Amino acid sequence: MVNQGETGIPRPLPELEGLSGDFYGYCRDRELRFQRCSDCGQWRHVPREMCAECGSWNWEGERSSGRGRVFTWTVVARALHPAFQDACPYAPVVIEMEEGVRVLSEMTDCAPEELEIDLPVEVVFEDVNEDVTLPKFRRTAS
Amino acid sequence: MTDEACIVGIGETAYVRKPGSGLSLLGLQLQAAVRAIEDAGLTGRQIDGIMPFPNLGHAESFAANLGCENLRFQSIVWMGGAAPVASLRVAAAAVRQGLADHVLIPGGWNGYSGARARQTVAEDVSSLPGGAIARDYYLPFGFSAPPQWYSVMARRHMHEFGTRAEQLGCIAVAMRKHAQLNPNAVMKARPMSIEDYLASPMLADPYRFFDCCLETDGAAAVVVTTPERARDLGKEPVFIMSAAAGQPCPADEITNRKDIFQTGLSLAAPEAFGRAGISPGDVDFAQIYDCFTFEVLQQLEEAGFCKRGEGGAFVEGGRIELGGELPVNTHGGLLSEAHVLGLNHIVEAVRQLRGDAGERQVAEAEVGVVTGWGDFGDGSIAILRRA
Ligand SMILES: [Zn+2]
Repeated sequence: MVNQGETGIPRPLPELEGLSGDFYGYCRDRELRFQRCSDCGQWRHVPREMCAECGSWNWEGERSSGRGRVFTWTVVARALHPAFQDACPYAPVVIEMEEGVRVLSEMTDCAPEELEIDLPVEVVFEDVNEDVTLPKFRRTAS
Repeated sequence: MTDEACIVGIGETAYVRKPGSGLSLLGLQLQAAVRAIEDAGLTGRQIDGIMPFPNLGHAESFAANLGCENLRFQSIVWMGGAAPVASLRVAAAAVRQGLADHVLIPGGWNGYSGARARQTVAEDVSSLPGGAIARDYYLPFGFSAPPQWYSVMARRHMHEFGTRAEQLGCIAVAMRKHAQLNPNAVMKARPMSIEDYLASPMLADPYRFFDCCLETDGAAAVVVTTPERARDLGKEPVFIMSAAAGQPCPADEITNRKDIFQTGLSLAAPEAFGRAGISPGDVDFAQIYDCFTFEVLQQLEEAGFCKRGEGGAFVEGGRIELGGELPVNTHGGLLSEAHVLGLNHIVEAVRQLRGDAGERQVAEAEVGVVTGWGDFGDGSIAILRRA
């Protein structure tokens, strides 16, 4: 289990309520799904009540290809949250998915110094506990 | 062009780290407020509008201590570090509309001796406009604090435009140079070279330790009124030619903007320059909200002092230092004077336009710009001129 550092402070987890409950519920089922407007077809992330493009309230949780590319990242050398002190250095990464939306996540198989912009990646799922599964990413097998 | 309002009073506390201010959060801000009110030639009774900084105080508490018997206007702009300059705009509108005669804008904190500045949002993001989003989509991955949020933009800028660490260093070094001329700067007598900058440890790569603002105790305040009232106060006012604020889209989430470099200032700056009837080339100095070095570069671009992508070259060669084409943060800024939430930037702009900046005075300063930056890139700008 990677979710607790040696400091014993548990990492913060998402609240599984409302639209975040939907998103992380799909992840628990090992599916990466983003909202897609049923009327204009626009993909979106993070989840929203309405489509900012066309004003529609109708959406589906549509399955993502799970593939994307590294858009940017930071390497945290000194944690500012106590739960991450033992994880340093670690790299929060922004992934641009094939659908166009961007997701903030972490790599599972790539040290921070090996990251590159446009590196092809694919989603993997990491169970934190029986309720929460986080979407993370690894290099796409070429 | 019509001036929108005036700043008639400025006040500051001492800016310190060890052993701390020795004052409460409210007491510290009141000390700055009293000085600003006195500087304006007013009394607490004449302050009838108060605009506190988000989460740092209530207008009622200020009024009860200052004896504001006629408090009839209060408002808080929920834009983090962009709030003080955005408050100038709201205060200007308020005095013009007659909602208040004299509006006090205070701000400050014990960011060193109290809860450290770095902790304000790192462990509890709920006070942010995008707090629930950060909680559910950022914090589980350790993307928990401002230097991390903003450094992903800095890296992308480096990728797209070739911006280099040495150029960010030029900003840190310029602020530190200016602080050597400021007796109230926490970093006075602690000069820094570009080598010192490059040798400082990484915090959130590409941000090094010296890319980051200070953690300090201190408060500042300003008083806003109409040009008509200012005339009766006996002190040369500083005129607010225009002030504007804006939000990026979406403002509550930093990774999914169509244009990753768009900030609130991208909207606010053209509005402010348009209303003032001047262009960035007419400006004698700029006090740019410098929570981190790259945010200075980004705001210089988005405000139109240079084109997007050219900020790295712009800050080189002493251009943003005193004596350069556009002196930036002549007091040392949040990086080297103190982190007073950008209130200290407004105070310094007024001091420059009064000709009271001593050793660091910009010669013949007539027009100055001050900006604010907050939360996930909210922006504000005021264009000020001397009497
Ligand atoms: Zn739509």
